[in-house]
Amino acid sequence: MANFLLRRLGTIVPTLIFVSMLIYGLQQLLPGDPAVVLAGEEQDPSVIAYLHKKMHLDEPLPVRYLYWLGGVLHGDLGESIRMQKDVTSLIAEKLPVTLELAGIAILIALAIGIPAGIVSAVFKDTVWDYAANAVALWGLSTPNFWLGIMLILLFSVALGWLPASGYVSPAEDLKANLAAMIMPAFVLGNAIAAVLMRHTRSAMLQVLSSDYVRTARAKGLDERVVVLKHALRNALTPIITLGALELGTLLSGAVLTEQVFTIPGFGKLIVDAVFNRDYAVVQGVVLFTATAYISLNLLADIAYYFVNPRLRG
Amino acid sequence: MQRKALLLQSLVATLALAGATAFAQTLRFGLAEDPDVLDPTLARTFVGRIVFSALCDKLVDVDDKLNIVPMLATSWQWSADNKSLTMKLRDGVTFHDGEKFDAAAVKFNIERHKNMQGSNRKGELAPVTSVDVVDEHTVRLNLTAPFSPLLAQLADRAGMMVSPKAAQAEGDKFGAKPVCSGPFRFVERVAQDRIVLERFPNYWNKGAIHLERIVYLPIVDATVRLANLRSGQLDMIERMATSDVPTVKGDSRLRMAKITEIGYQGITINVGKSDLAQKNPLGKDARVREAFELSLDRDGIVQVVTDGEGTPGNQWVAPSNPFYAKNVPIPKRDVNRAKALLKEAGVPNPVVTLVTPTTSDAQKVAQVVQAMAKEAGFDMKIQSTEFATSLDMADKGQFEAYVLAWSGRADPDGNIFSFDACKQPLNYAGYCKPEVDDLLKKSRTESDTNQRKKTYEQIAAIVLKDRPIVYLYHRPWLWAYNTKVSGFKPYPDGLVRPQGLTLK
Amino acid sequence: MATLAIDVLPAREQSPGARALRRLMRRKAAMAGLFVVVFFIAIAMLAPWISPQDPLATSWSAIRKAPSAAHWFGTDEIGRDVLARVIWGTRASLLAGMVSVIIALSFGVPIGLLAGYRAGWTDMIISRITDAMLACPFLILAIALAAFLGPSLTNAMIAIGISATPIFIRLTRAQVLTVKTEDYVEAARALGNSHLRIALRHVLPNVVPPLIVQATLALAAAVIAEASLSFLGLGQQPPAPSWGSMLNTAKNYIDNAPWMAIWPGLCIFLLVLSFNLLGDGLRDALDPRR
Repeated sequence: MANFLLRRLGTIVPTLIFVSMLIYGLQQLLPGDPAVVLAGEEQDPSVIAYLHKKMHLDEPLPVRYLYWLGGVLHGDLGESIRMQKDVTSLIAEKLPVTLELAGIAILIALAIGIPAGIVSAVFKDTVWDYAANAVALWGLSTPNFWLGIMLILLFSVALGWLPASGYVSPAEDLKANLAAMIMPAFVLGNAIAAVLMRHTRSAMLQVLSSDYVRTARAKGLDERVVVLKHALRNALTPIITLGALELGTLLSGAVLTEQVFTIPGFGKLIVDAVFNRDYAVVQGVVLFTATAYISLNLLADIAYYFVNPRLRG
Repeated sequence: MQRKALLLQSLVATLALAGATAFAQTLRFGLAEDPDVLDPTLARTFVGRIVFSALCDKLVDVDDKLNIVPMLATSWQWSADNKSLTMKLRDGVTFHDGEKFDAAAVKFNIERHKNMQGSNRKGELAPVTSVDVVDEHTVRLNLTAPFSPLLAQLADRAGMMVSPKAAQAEGDKFGAKPVCSGPFRFVERVAQDRIVLERFPNYWNKGAIHLERIVYLPIVDATVRLANLRSGQLDMIERMATSDVPTVKGDSRLRMAKITEIGYQGITINVGKSDLAQKNPLGKDARVREAFELSLDRDGIVQVVTDGEGTPGNQWVAPSNPFYAKNVPIPKRDVNRAKALLKEAGVPNPVVTLVTPTTSDAQKVAQVVQAMAKEAGFDMKIQSTEFATSLDMADKGQFEAYVLAWSGRADPDGNIFSFDACKQPLNYAGYCKPEVDDLLKKSRTESDTNQRKKTYEQIAAIVLKDRPIVYLYHRPWLWAYNTKVSGFKPYPDGLVRPQGLTLK
Repeated sequence: MATLAIDVLPAREQSPGARALRRLMRRKAAMAGLFVVVFFIAIAMLAPWISPQDPLATSWSAIRKAPSAAHWFGTDEIGRDVLARVIWGTRASLLAGMVSVIIALSFGVPIGLLAGYRAGWTDMIISRITDAMLACPFLILAIALAAFLGPSLTNAMIAIGISATPIFIRLTRAQVLTVKTEDYVEAARALGNSHLRIALRHVLPNVVPPLIVQATLALAAAVIAEASLSFLGLGQQPPAPSWGSMLNTAKNYIDNAPWMAIWPGLCIFLLVLSFNLLGDGLRDALDPRR
């Protein structure tokens, strides 16, 4: 076990370094001088020169990378030039918002995906199967920004039931917070629901035809009990670990959803930063996301390890 | 018995009065972008100025006809040689932290604008060499040479006054917790989410302020911004899309306000910024540029791009502006003449690449211009470029033509000097003509408005013939608000001044 | 004795390809998906003949007109016929999907084969880089790449293709690892077959089925990715028609000209749905467990 863990941890550090170099290199290749972008309308040369100096832009790429890396190792992810605020506190500010959005989205996805998957597996090749398939597929196939705009039109403009955008912190007003989150979370959760449905379906199918369940049926147990107690429990394991792996999808989806619904979260932070050439923010956010993603993957692997004896030894 | 009735009456009266003033509430305002840093010295965006109009008072302000009116300064006098400006300051003004506003504070602020690292105001206050404190309420600005746009500069961020105590304490972090002397003081800011201001009880003009709080919410998408207004999340929005005008007009819960901007939308042509100017068919030959302008139907452009809400224009100021040069009116579309000119120049079908930022307006302008110019024989290729990249290209002169708008300044000098004078930072066209430079410098030193107008007419005669920039139209500032809001007055600089604004 | 490489063929009763095809044809949903995909491909190819008007023809008098006899899908913000643009836009969207996936396959499969087959340091380095790329959110990577290359359909396709490569690297590698230990491969090696021959004749054919499934699903994701990039202003640029860029423009006119968004959005939905259905069907049909 220790061996396994050590080996896995040993791969994380080089991966993270690669990630940071990848994004750093990519950003520096972006045409456009960030100082010019940030210098505003007047383009005062003295301001541009000042920004160049402040961002070390006159120095060669490896030097700049090392400056940044040095900062990271001290816990300093740099400062957002545009907002004069350090990246760490920006992340601390925005992350809970996207986490909440993602959390509600996952709940919605679970609420749609798992039942759909069960129905699809149990009533395989019937109209229920097709219907459940359709519901989940619809989530995967609709461009989420289009869906978001359509929902805004319906629920905010036409019906006036929900706010079109913005964010209210749950500490301030829980009801308003949920009202603002429900549409974007639904839009985001759609795509995950489809993936969940498929995995539930195939896991259930696998389990349903297994010897274990056949034995339970032969013993005369009620069909519902068979399905819910035995099949689902065994099928749940891969489904749960899937949650960790879907982080990437969630974040990509969050990027667009937050743009459409103007939610001040992670996704919006990074898109704006790329367009504004706010390097420090992009690097900090990507590094953070990569670390989170890799850590979750590691946890998932550990969970699998414990569940599946075949992986040991 | 009588005393009791009197007591009751006065109680009711007090309550009524309290109720009347207590209708002061929170105005939720939708901005089109998230402002940058809220420090008047460092600030670089237009949208930040909207917040500043509630947060920071300036020495002078402009009215809706762009005349200079008193604000923190009550009166001013130029010296005989026009090289120094003496200003009398308002009495009894305090900053949000309680510090007194006086001549020393003005001196501190001007010096901060001029000397602070990264200050974006250096160019604006370049002619100011020193500030003298004459007495507690009088200050004198000394200039190297006469500079008539100075008062207009002092009506913007260069004239904004921050508390010296707070500025010294916070240094360059001042923008995180700005302390000014405007009608509202800073409460909090969550980046990309909201800026919250609350009423400053000791404001010198508190009678004009009827709001308790303003919350600015940046919402980039115009559709979503309007949707928020309609669903009640916002009370007022700026920069409404022109295509939404019929919707707002048809909605009885909403009102609209419109005014023509002081800026413009135009196409900048590389006539000398880089080597590309030699290969650029538009850059090489003034006749090709004339043909280009003649192929355009400005009314059509305004109709399509701004749904008829904009104003056609051919100069750096709008036709209604007092400094508009009447000697060069808007030319009518003349495709035949355009074709003849192209033939004369020897390029019947010039191929030109038009660098276009990916904003919706710029894209529409480019497509319409492409279609119109085609009729005269131009083969325009649209090169859509992300904004940051397009700035870079413009800076390096790597373009032939560039769709570029300017937000505008109160003084006409702010709309032309930086663009047409040799080697100025915004002179992307690379235009340089000594006689134009001399005239531009002359217009800055003239204090008599009529004299300046004549100088601008001379400038127009040359610059509009050379056409480093083809001005197309002036955009409309459009605000929409719900019926709870009243007392709003549109200003051509696009700012929303809270004085007089009421919320039911 | 001459050392001839002897072919080792795994025992087969019937061509698995034919079996899979028959299974596929029985799934109605997948067939429907295939039909719609073919339908769109046909539209894309026949665009010049079936389009009612020039998709680039502007008309100042017909701005944002609702669907009518003259314009079945209405007109857009500078008077162009939406139906014509939707028809021509099929080309861009299909192209975006296919080219992106081809790029991803062309890079992903060989690299994955290399990593899985060679193992050791090669595998380690490739896997770390792949992990690094997968750790970045896909859209962010695509946005950064597209911004770097400049907004255009070609660059969007390259960006999406590169961003999707790691998935195929990983998939190929995993398949190779599974197959590598199979008996017939070991036998082939023992009989003196070269690595390359083994890789191509034995490993690759087993990698192909899951790759086909993943590629079909990737097509769906690529079409949405192109629409997303265009929505942010980084994909196909106007005036050239593409569903994604049409949606980007349409979002500004949602409440007074909703037809501008409905039709392209619907097409994206249908095309993506069809790819997904087809991919699902292929997965079931090619499932070795059946």
